[in-house]
Amino acid sequence: MSKATTITIDGNEAAAQIAYLTNEVIAIYPITPASPMGEWADTWASEGRKNIWGAQPQVIEMQSEGGAAGAVHGALQNGALTTTFTASQGLLLMIPNMYKIAGELTSTVFHIAARTLATHALSIFGDHSDVMAARTTGFAFLSANSVQEVMDFALIAQAATLAARIPIVHFFDGFRTSHEIATIEPVDETTVRAMLDDELIHQHRRRALSPDHPVLRGSAQNPDVFFQARESVNPYYQAMPGIVQAAMDRFAGLTGRQYHLFDYIGAEDAERVIVLMGSGAETTEETVCHFSAHGEKVGMLKVRLFRPFTADALIDALPATLRSLAVLDRSKEAGADGEPLYKDVLTAVTQNYLGDNPKFAQLPKIVGGRYGLSSKEFTPAMVKGIFDELAKERPKNAFTVGIIDDVTQTHLNWDPTFRTDAAKATVSAVFYGLGSDGTVSANKNSIKIIGDKSQLNAQGYFVYDSRKAGAVTVSHLRFGPEKIRSSYLIGDNEASFVACHQSVFLERYPMLDKAAPGAVFLLNTSVGADQVWDSLPRSFQEAIIEKNIAFFVIDAYAIARSCGLGRHINTVMQTCFFALTPVIPLDEALDAIRAAGQKTYAKAGKRILQANLEAIDSALAQLHQISVPEQAGSVIEMPPAVAADAPDYVQRLTAEIIAGRGDFLPVSRFEPDGTFKTGTSAFEKRNLALEIPVWEPDICIQCGKCVFVCPHSVIRSKLFTADSIENAPPTFKSVPVKSKALGSDLLTSYQVAPEDCTGCTLCVQVCPIRDRENPERKAVNMHPQPPLRAQERENWNFFLQIPAPDRRLLHHNKLPEAMHLQPLFEFPSACPGCGETPYLRLVSQLFGDRMVIANATGCSSIYGGNLPATPWTKNAEGRGPAWSNSLFEDNAEFGLGMRVAIDQQSQYARELLQSLRDPVGPELAYAILDADQSGEAGIYDQRQRVAELNQRLQGIAADAAGRLLEVSENLVKRSVWIIGGDGWGYDIGFGGLDHVLASGRDVNILLLDTEVYSNTGGQTSKATPRGAVAKFSAAGKTTPKKDLARLAMDYEQVYVAQVAFGAKDIQTLHAFLEAESYPGTSLIIAYSPCIAHGVDMSNDLRQQDLAVRSGHWPLLRFDPRRTAQGQNPLVLDSQKPSIPYRDFAMTEARFSILSRTHAERSEQLLQQAQRDVNDRYRHYRLQAEQPSGRQNKNEQE
Amino acid sequence: MSSIDLSTNYMGLKLDNPLVPSSSPLSRSIDSARRLEDAGASALVMYSLFEEELRNEEKMTARFLIHQTIGHPEAESFLPFDSCFQPGLDQYLEHLADLKNALNIPIIASLNGISLNGWVENGRLLEEAGADALELNVYYLDTDPYETNMDVENRYLELLRMLRHKVHVPIAMKLSPYFSALPRFIRELENEGADAVALFNRFYQPDMDIDTLQIIPQLHLSTSADALLAMRWIAILYGRVKLSMAATGGVHTAADVIKLLLAGADVTHLCATLLLHGPEQLTRIKAGLMSWMEQHEYASVKDMKGRLSQQFCADPESFERTNYLAVLDSYSSPPGMRR
Repeated sequence: MSKATTITIDGNEAAAQIAYLTNEVIAIYPITPASPMGEWADTWASEGRKNIWGAQPQVIEMQSEGGAAGAVHGALQNGALTTTFTASQGLLLMIPNMYKIAGELTSTVFHIAARTLATHALSIFGDHSDVMAARTTGFAFLSANSVQEVMDFALIAQAATLAARIPIVHFFDGFRTSHEIATIEPVDETTVRAMLDDELIHQHRRRALSPDHPVLRGSAQNPDVFFQARESVNPYYQAMPGIVQAAMDRFAGLTGRQYHLFDYIGAEDAERVIVLMGSGAETTEETVCHFSAHGEKVGMLKVRLFRPFTADALIDALPATLRSLAVLDRSKEAGADGEPLYKDVLTAVTQNYLGDNPKFAQLPKIVGGRYGLSSKEFTPAMVKGIFDELAKERPKNAFTVGIIDDVTQTHLNWDPTFRTDAAKATVSAVFYGLGSDGTVSANKNSIKIIGDKSQLNAQGYFVYDSRKAGAVTVSHLRFGPEKIRSSYLIGDNEASFVACHQSVFLERYPMLDKAAPGAVFLLNTSVGADQVWDSLPRSFQEAIIEKNIAFFVIDAYAIARSCGLGRHINTVMQTCFFALTPVIPLDEALDAIRAAGQKTYAKAGKRILQANLEAIDSALAQLHQISVPEQAGSVIEMPPAVAADAPDYVQRLTAEIIAGRGDFLPVSRFEPDGTFKTGTSAFEKRNLALEIPVWEPDICIQCGKCVFVCPHSVIRSKLFTADSIENAPPTFKSVPVKSKALGSDLLTSYQVAPEDCTGCTLCVQVCPIRDRENPERKAVNMHPQPPLRAQERENWNFFLQIPAPDRRLLHHNKLPEAMHLQPLFEFPSACPGCGETPYLRLVSQLFGDRMVIANATGCSSIYGGNLPATPWTKNAEGRGPAWSNSLFEDNAEFGLGMRVAIDQQSQYARELLQSLRDPVGPELAYAILDADQSGEAGIYDQRQRVAELNQRLQGIAADAAGRLLEVSENLVKRSVWIIGGDGWGYDIGFGGLDHVLASGRDVNILLLDTEVYSNTGGQTSKATPRGAVAKFSAAGKTTPKKDLARLAMDYEQVYVAQVAFGAKDIQTLHAFLEAESYPGTSLIIAYSPCIAHGVDMSNDLRQQDLAVRSGHWPLLRFDPRRTAQGQNPLVLDSQKPSIPYRDFAMTEARFSILSRTHAERSEQLLQQAQRDVNDRYRHYRLQAEQPSGRQNKNEQE
Repeated sequence: MSSIDLSTNYMGLKLDNPLVPSSSPLSRSIDSARRLEDAGASALVMYSLFEEELRNEEKMTARFLIHQTIGHPEAESFLPFDSCFQPGLDQYLEHLADLKNALNIPIIASLNGISLNGWVENGRLLEEAGADALELNVYYLDTDPYETNMDVENRYLELLRMLRHKVHVPIAMKLSPYFSALPRFIRELENEGADAVALFNRFYQPDMDIDTLQIIPQLHLSTSADALLAMRWIAILYGRVKLSMAATGGVHTAADVIKLLLAGADVTHLCATLLLHGPEQLTRIKAGLMSWMEQHEYASVKDMKGRLSQQFCADPESFERTNYLAVLDSYSSPPGMRR
């Protein structure tokens, strides 16, 4: 490849480029890992980029993938060339429309970043379970195995679908291909034009619905004709493979890259062959080439066109010498006797053998196997394991590879030390960085530089963290003269360069396991060059000595600071990488880094550009090689993942995942139904904060606000008697409680979890107290964590074992007292300063011991339920929230189902108890049946009664007693909470939400409104305010935010509150209490600032206050109970807007950047937004001021 | 009326009248700038290019547009980085060029900065973009107990010197009233190449919230009373310095303008009154000025200039007397009273 003909991009961009060039309408909806395709399309459209016909495609975001598919169908029916992008559940939601689109023989290509379907758990990673679920829709399926093929097949698919009239799913592996950056030969516009036949496009348009030549499609047919009509499409499917092959041939003529429906690689006389599709085929090809070069009779077959499945082409492609065949599926069809591809191949080969002209002298042994679910690694070692199995007399069928299945023994063994020659010939580099330190972007840039500046091929793949706070990224980079087919991570002893961009990682990751003998190890550390050796853990020292590793250090933070770059060390570390890795001449590399900096930072301003250029120059001067002693002398050991006294469950499962050894956990370690214990986040001590809050009891007024705002439940208060702290550690702080209502003999303490705090400072921000002597000093102040760590760890552990106060004695409507309630949501992996989690902590404090939670997919399901650790936890009695995530779109219905089940079982229990009142004892039975559970005391008493009931039931022989025992816990009040974000509640789940609001059932809906799809990266939702920039609204959203509160209030019987805890905490507290106590449907819409707003989250509280004062977020409570009392149900809890909307908006980058991209439009939208908030306030005020509310208004009407 | 000559010379710019809107948001839109010109503005000082604002924006861009990733697999970024993103400086330069195209009156670009490098480089860019003159809005609050008045003044002089070497257009220095020897300092500025001084800069004074014990920013629009400070100093300086003088701060009415011209100002800068009453207020002030001139038989602004300056007024000491005594004196009992 010459320099001029290569580009370095990832799979998503490759697909999006072709899709954009070849379509007129693009309907999109965000879903990982396909979101970037839509984002590219939206960005290009906002920049006015044109397709090959000179038109700017219309990119429209829909409310769900189902909506996107509907819009695609409509656009296609009206003659536009139309496409969409999706993955996983998104593809499932498109299936109904896909049947229609295919049934009507409509040309389109859907580009799919194939992703795991949620089953026992959600997974955002890649496999083929989604495309397999869609294989019966009538679409054709074309599999691209690499970034190059993604770009090529996107075009081949577009050409073929126009010719064949059969729509095509063009799929590639989510993450492994969609997110892999690779050097590829681009498909240029000339090729695109040459591939698309204008006449076919005319035909597509002529089939459009038009009143000028009207037709009807989508009729309803009866038994007499449906069947025949359905069979009428057969000729099109018969012709399709030939059309695809013709397109491939034409493409080969234009580019030199030849593909076939099935491509065979390997020895011509191969006896053992593997069949598969997707990125695993690249690894398999690399392995086959290795063995072929060593004279082994092995081969592999890449399936390109999976549907229509062309048996003849498959048979033709296989060598006649074949003896044993393994067909690999990257999916699992539970209950089937084999996965789809295996079944197809088995049928094809067997039919050929039984036919008139069999190709094989003997029927080959054909086995099927599963690999790579949820992006599980698939390596040459595993491929070798399969070939070894195929060599056996009776190879295992229905095998798995890549895991240890100690339950049903499906797995094949493999030798993890096996490496191919190709792997040995590439330069491999691994980088451990902090998610926010720029490591990934620097590495992407390095790949591009190497791709552009050398004849080398480059590959980059990035392993991210499931946690949002303090996320760690591991970058895997490969460079080599040959095409890189290694679609797997860099393994142990392979990397010739290992970089640690954060020295704290030395305690956590045994990264030198990756280092090859003679590798370079680069460490960013503030420890001086003369002391750094002694600061390494012993295992690092040993690895450096044993592997003869060249050890370099740099203090990148000092350089970044001195150049004015803050904590952005990317440029420094990138410079060091090029200095230490002889991939391209250093001068050329430095010039390229400077040029890239020029491009990237010019927009940020000259000063930042200059600072980056200075950093490049300073880096080399301060890069030091450390001389390595002959022996390791360190006494520092890498600490265990969790404390030694952690429970066995945590040790066996959680700790292994935390330590990065999850791949080695056998099947038996898991509950088969996906159940996990709660409360495991307490065992993962991440020590993220450089500074932590310290309580100053002498000036504290015990208001509880610090506890109230803490996003990670790390600052807590508790009430206790003096005798309970007799054995307190010497530095444990406590003081008499100030509230007289609680009595004079109680003490209190505000204690911080030093190793769980993220250092967000919200507790300090909210503290209303200043020392009169020294106004700088508040009642909580930030202090460096390391010197406090050991002492406060001891204090925290002591604090935890102090018994929690009796919930019945606390006034839950008083904030300081409510904050003494134990949080049953702690240490989530949310961002520091998260605007959502304080609401979840609050709800867990108030109702956690009786909560059942339906949680929509999104940020809250990720920090709430993503392994390794679970933040929902239990109290000392073992009670706590029971949590489940069903899907994104169905959460309201999911929660309603929970309510219905509880009500049903409660009613059943009551009926049984009625029937058993005499044996149970009428007094107890009626006490239970007539219990008042509206308060803590009532619930406590009921629990005691039910416990007594259960005891008595055990002594009663009647069948009914046994049945009542099964359901008696439902006699105690249960609080059902439906939790999700605005993407769910305003968009994809709105239909369900609406239905639940209308149902009147006793559920509490907590909508955490960040005003964008936060989890997938800030895409526009209908909650996004006018004038805000968000993905899919790059030029600012032109329509106002949907007023969900107003819509919900229209139902009259729904309790509605709009809250912002940082603006008016007591209103938030009261709203939660009222919502839960309301015996019907409640909706709390909770303002949740987010990093997607473009503010540092240490300003979380200030932004909420500004939002309320500007009228952006009116605080209100609408309680239908007030109507019955002749009062207006609506209470407005915030004042008339007191600051201009602009004063709020311009403090957030989401608004302010519009003034830098579209200045006049920004001004117009700001003025409109000001009118919006004025009008909305006026509307609410009018509604709230009506003498007796809506009832009265209706009477007037 | 038509025989009255309102023209004035401000640092070499020949202006139709002495009414020059000062740095304000009104210059942010071409439309309102046109309305100012139509209302009779003889030149326009653009809204300030705040160096601090540019720096904040740089930080915002670096943090929220360039380094967005938090390392989570589902979100590599959160805000779209539109290719038409224009940094504040570029936008200012483009707006300056647009104003030059749309308006016939001179445009004075306003620089509000804190560091030497930023000033000089940005000044050059503003000249290239077509600015007819530069106004340097210097704000530097000296809080270092070891820094002398000379140190402070030298900062200004150094800055001016460096800028003077880089640009050829006239430079006006907008000053605060807090100089111990203002006339001497202004002469030094003149010697270093300043073409004008604008007197005086009004600083936003922070306030305290006595409930939260926090310092809070405050913004108050000026009143006519604020113009008296400039009036006094312009009256004192008139004839003692050669450079042009602009009066700024508190110019609300024709009477304010008249007083300042009589004191010796070459131009008067209008701001709060235009924000409060719209660009058309300038027409009303201009009419008031002409009406007064007609009544008082002044044929030209040139004739008015400095007529009540210290040099020419009947009681030159009145400009040197402190207000304190005058105010105290107004509460003294007449000599014949018992008290």
